[in-house]
Amino acid sequence: MKIDPLGDSALIINLADKISDSSGLLARVLSAAETIERAKLPGVIDVTSSYESVAVFFQITQLGPDFEDRIRALIASAGVRVSGKRRRVEIPVCYDEEFALDLKRVANHTSLTPDAIVALHSSAEYTVACIGFMPGFPFLAGLPQPLCVPRLESPRTKVSAGSVAIANAQAGVYPLESPGGWNVLGRTPLQLFRVNESPPTLLQPGDYVHFRRITRAEFDVFKQ
Amino acid sequence: MTVSVISAGFQTTVQDCGRVGLRKFGVTPGGALDPISLRLANLLIGNLECTAGLECVSGRLRLRFHDERILAWSGGEFEVRVGDNLVPILHCARVSTDAEIEILPQRHGRAWLAISGGINVPEILGSRATDLRAHFGGWEGRALRDGDELPLGVESELCARVRDEIADQVSDWSAPRFVGRGKLLRIIRGKNWDDSMGRKLLAQTFRVAMNSDRMGLRLDGEEIAPASRRELVSEAVTPGTIQLPPSGAPVILLQGCQTIGGYPKIAHVITVDLGYAAQLQPLHEVGFELIELEEARQLLREREREIALFRAGLEARFG
Repeated sequence: MKIDPLGDSALIINLADKISDSSGLLARVLSAAETIERAKLPGVIDVTSSYESVAVFFQITQLGPDFEDRIRALIASAGVRVSGKRRRVEIPVCYDEEFALDLKRVANHTSLTPDAIVALHSSAEYTVACIGFMPGFPFLAGLPQPLCVPRLESPRTKVSAGSVAIANAQAGVYPLESPGGWNVLGRTPLQLFRVNESPPTLLQPGDYVHFRRITRAEFDVFKQ
Repeated sequence: MTVSVISAGFQTTVQDCGRVGLRKFGVTPGGALDPISLRLANLLIGNLECTAGLECVSGRLRLRFHDERILAWSGGEFEVRVGDNLVPILHCARVSTDAEIEILPQRHGRAWLAISGGINVPEILGSRATDLRAHFGGWEGRALRDGDELPLGVESELCARVRDEIADQVSDWSAPRFVGRGKLLRIIRGKNWDDSMGRKLLAQTFRVAMNSDRMGLRLDGEEIAPASRRELVSEAVTPGTIQLPPSGAPVILLQGCQTIGGYPKIAHVITVDLGYAAQLQPLHEVGFELIELEEARQLLREREREIALFRAGLEARFG
């Protein structure tokens, strides 16, 4: 466990070690984040996690003197989150040419046919490592090795909401229209970020995700 | 009751102290780029300190009121008038029915305007702040436009008592004004700091690049070579974080920044100086001064203590 300050009002705790593989590490990270959040330590206003680390944000005026020790103790007691608790979420994707802006680029990079790419992408099991970059954007671990393709050389100024995309070893979905440099393979009709719902995101860190191929007609039905 | 936006200025938004506790959903804290300025302006007029107000950037903002209100502002060098009366920074002013107010930047920067009762847009995810990037919150998730009618909230009793004490149009009392160190922002080391990068960061004066916004200030200067080309695993970033992308041009993240990032975090602007960073506009110059973490935390504790003292003083006088 390595604790670093993240500015003057937060700590970032890296949990990577020599023994854990990435899914074991993620399980420990999620468990640590949950344990710290539940402890409701005085002054703590936000807890978030990513692949290897947990970040704890606080209000300095309300912080106890032994804060860092208490964080250490909480993490040591956290153990590993039980994977049975995790949800499985299926995301329908239309891979039609109209939405699959970069299918050809990925085909060129990987020497796979578009059908083989879609088959690989929609057969893998992914884990939500974290939500970030923009509200509701899931960083998904578990992309099949042959699909690892670098980002676009120059990012698009506009990627449509619902775009399902890959970059390097990661998969993701753009919840909102935004600029972006990932390879777009298709589009989902689902809304990944809903400001009026609680929680506001379709996916949570730790969820298992599958993509399911749908037709254009099914996409339109979903949209309604 | 509403306030009419006669002339919306440029990138004027409804902001409060932002969204707390939602980073795990990828939701940025957002809110006023200088929360301390907004809090002081709110306290002055008897509002709760995180009541929603307006963040003004550039252009001329003109508003017309339809009932009696009081207001206060803080931030950079702006000229604020209620009718013909000039309202100095961090003073309260009375606004009567049908009065017009005008906010005009004298230099590029930002100002925060607090109105008694606050801007009463719906709370979304616990805040009224506008998230321009994700298009939600504030007024229809966007910057104001000419002709908008913004709903105002009900004034507290404290607001009414403050108003009664203003003998003329403008109060003879004011809030403490915290000033920065000119072009210098104080920083502490980030987890990817190394001394050779650090020397290059501290030795030069940067210029704020044109493509800067509420998410971050991009800085032009002599390129800083990253210590290693190794790709870092994405992890949490926060307002004040200075990231170093492969281009070698540092980026200071502001209140509207994303929640995680993969670039090296070489340093962090200390929280008490973030409000000065919020005043920086394209072409402005900026440099850095390194201090220790404990000093940064002490400065923040002192700043919060000063605000608490001011709040207590107001309550003693008007409460």
